[in-house]
Amino acid sequence: MSDQGVVSVVLAGVGGQGILLASEIIAEAALLSGLEVKTNEVHGMAQRGGSVVAQIRFGREVFSPLVREGTAQVLAALEKVEALRYHRYLAADGMAVVSTQEIIPVSVSSGQAVYPGDVDERLRKLFPRLLPVDALTIAAELSSPRSTNVVIVGALSHYLPLDLQDWEGALRRRIKPGLLEVNRRAFQAGRALAAESGR
Amino acid sequence: MEKRLLSGNEAIARGAFEAGVTVAAGYPGTPSTEILETLSCHRDEIFCEWAPNEKVALEVAAGACLTGARCLVTMKHVGLNVAADPLMTLAYTGVVGGLVACVADDPGMHSSQNEQDTRHFGRFAKVPLLEPADSQEAADCVKIGIELSERFRTPVILRSTTRVSHSRSPVVIGERQPSSRTIGFEKDPPRYVPVPIWGRQMRLRLEERLRALAEEVDRSPLNRIEWRDRSLGIVAAGIAYQYVREAFPEASVLKIGWSFPFPDGKIRQFAIGVERLLIVEELDGILEEHIRALGIACIGKEVVPSVGELSTGVLLDSRRKLEGKEDKAPAAVPAECRDLPSRPPVLCAGCPHRGIFYGLGRFDVVVTGDIGCYSLATFAPLSRIDTILCMGGGISMAHGMDRAGNPRKVVGIVGDSTFFHSGITGLLDIAYNQGSSTIIVLDNRTTAMTGHQCHPGSGKTLMGKEAPCASIEEIGRACGIRNVVTIDPYRLDLVHKTLKEAIEADEPWLIVAQADCPLAVRRKVGPVLEVNQERCIGCRMCLKLGCPAIECSGEKPQVNPLLCIGCGLCRQVCPQGAYQERENETDV
Repeated sequence: MSDQGVVSVVLAGVGGQGILLASEIIAEAALLSGLEVKTNEVHGMAQRGGSVVAQIRFGREVFSPLVREGTAQVLAALEKVEALRYHRYLAADGMAVVSTQEIIPVSVSSGQAVYPGDVDERLRKLFPRLLPVDALTIAAELSSPRSTNVVIVGALSHYLPLDLQDWEGALRRRIKPGLLEVNRRAFQAGRALAAESGR
Repeated sequence: MEKRLLSGNEAIARGAFEAGVTVAAGYPGTPSTEILETLSCHRDEIFCEWAPNEKVALEVAAGACLTGARCLVTMKHVGLNVAADPLMTLAYTGVVGGLVACVADDPGMHSSQNEQDTRHFGRFAKVPLLEPADSQEAADCVKIGIELSERFRTPVILRSTTRVSHSRSPVVIGERQPSSRTIGFEKDPPRYVPVPIWGRQMRLRLEERLRALAEEVDRSPLNRIEWRDRSLGIVAAGIAYQYVREAFPEASVLKIGWSFPFPDGKIRQFAIGVERLLIVEELDGILEEHIRALGIACIGKEVVPSVGELSTGVLLDSRRKLEGKEDKAPAAVPAECRDLPSRPPVLCAGCPHRGIFYGLGRFDVVVTGDIGCYSLATFAPLSRIDTILCMGGGISMAHGMDRAGNPRKVVGIVGDSTFFHSGITGLLDIAYNQGSSTIIVLDNRTTAMTGHQCHPGSGKTLMGKEAPCASIEEIGRACGIRNVVTIDPYRLDLVHKTLKEAIEADEPWLIVAQADCPLAVRRKVGPVLEVNQERCIGCRMCLKLGCPAIECSGEKPQVNPLLCIGCGLCRQVCPQGAYQERENETDV
């Protein structure tokens, strides 16, 4: 394998949570830092409230846009069960950043499946390096509940080898001017939380 | 030198802009849709249209290119089946202005009903086929494709795949290079009219052109040899190249970016230079078959899967097979990851289609479905679609079942965009051949599944202009359907009454269930609701709607106020009157 020097990130969540924007911000920050970048996203049917995943890889030379199982340095999930679902992508020493949100799927509401009651315990057992983030509350306190994705990007940014100025540049490039300030604060809140956690 | 991070689809649009394309047409389909959407940002310089279907789109481009205009056509892989008719003969008549048909395959079937390999169409139609491996190559392939198309007077296919179209990577931004040609059709019937006497000459010229292209392909930098260790040489096409470089970093590679006509010279040169030859291509073994036919020994589909998409991981398995090692046992799934609730895509909260499918649940009928969001009603708890075949197939299959004498009444379901695409001819057949099926058009005024593209019934065009709104009801009447009604799918009493009358009738009915896609118009249908927990008896009737805003992990359901858009269906099905307007509406 020749993926030495390539950093891989996997984002997981539920269609409509803003995974694509989060992915674009990370990729843009890597591009601004002068690295080669490849990302992959799923469009179309998967966006109708289904489980979605986006992948970002950056380094000096990147071939595949897809992350191989067991190689992601960071797995960030916007929903707890989705973190469990995509665990297989994370490297053994990888960092899991998980929004503490629970979204009940229709399969549970209609009685075909059960939402695991011990989901927090499962997360703790499965991920030796885990940062739970109450992103929804943080975003709501900024009066911008749709910015939970950017809170998570802020948190995961702490674990990636990219400079703060490139993250700021990426936010400017990918977020509309009218929403930039609130999202900048969402990003900073997430980043500060990760830094203070000591994890 | 400016570099931008573009998806493959954005890069194709950029390439078309820089190549001087002035006419672009297509029909939305994942993973191709964003190409035309991106290109339409240049509508001052490029005429862009969503055509009713892919056949029309290619015909529009065929006409435009004969005036000298450079053209781009976009579609997903199954769209090329619809456009195959004009493609096969356009190869004979040829083009004047360059024409590139961009066709996006979906290996792994992320958003498609089949996994067909568009590369067969290069050989089938005898036209050049290019296969980019990332966004930069996607942009370059459009420009090279336009140039080849004009030089050899042939349409060119650009085959993308989901992982090219929906991956982002940096692209160097260049200048637009307009064509120097003056627009104007020049009469030349022996060239453009394939009646037998001239068609036979065109057929001969097509073979001459293929021979000329076969010489050109061996000179093209799109196919390049990378010499490394020569004990193993790999021929890799399209995005498979990227996975090969990770799974076999030491191997020599013949990277194929122009795969038809086959680059025989480069293949022979490469094969002679390596000890063992492995062919890695996604989906069918097209190159492999051809290389074997050249008399060259190679390994291919014995170790590389022909089903589903490839990846570095998949090729590492191929590598183990090639090296005679045992298959790696799949990693054990940790206990924490077992029994997770599935989360497939569902009809959105407040989707107007839900009212129709819930209503159909009260009748013992067969439902032939079609391609669109409504295919999601196949799954529990709605479980109300029995078949899906292709665009428009829901209408014609209903007629077939009906005329075969199926003992249960048959209801065909189609969306508005799909109706304009391929549904009208099926409806015409039902009227003409006097069937008795019920056809429901779920008319949400947009092409919803692919992300809300306009269509002939939406009153808008891709150029941002107002347009006449084609009436589904009037089309139905003009076809000869006598019973045509329009209903509000949010009113379950009306839905039930109308369905009952139509299903009991012994002649065809056309029901147009009309309500805007709430996701497209971005507004609530009504006030956000909540469950009065005292009145709710936990009967779970509302959960039969399969609405993602109604969450229930215990005894009684609750409404997620962030998802609810107040469609009110739950209020209509609740026998206890437990659904009420949310008290703190301002919290939402």
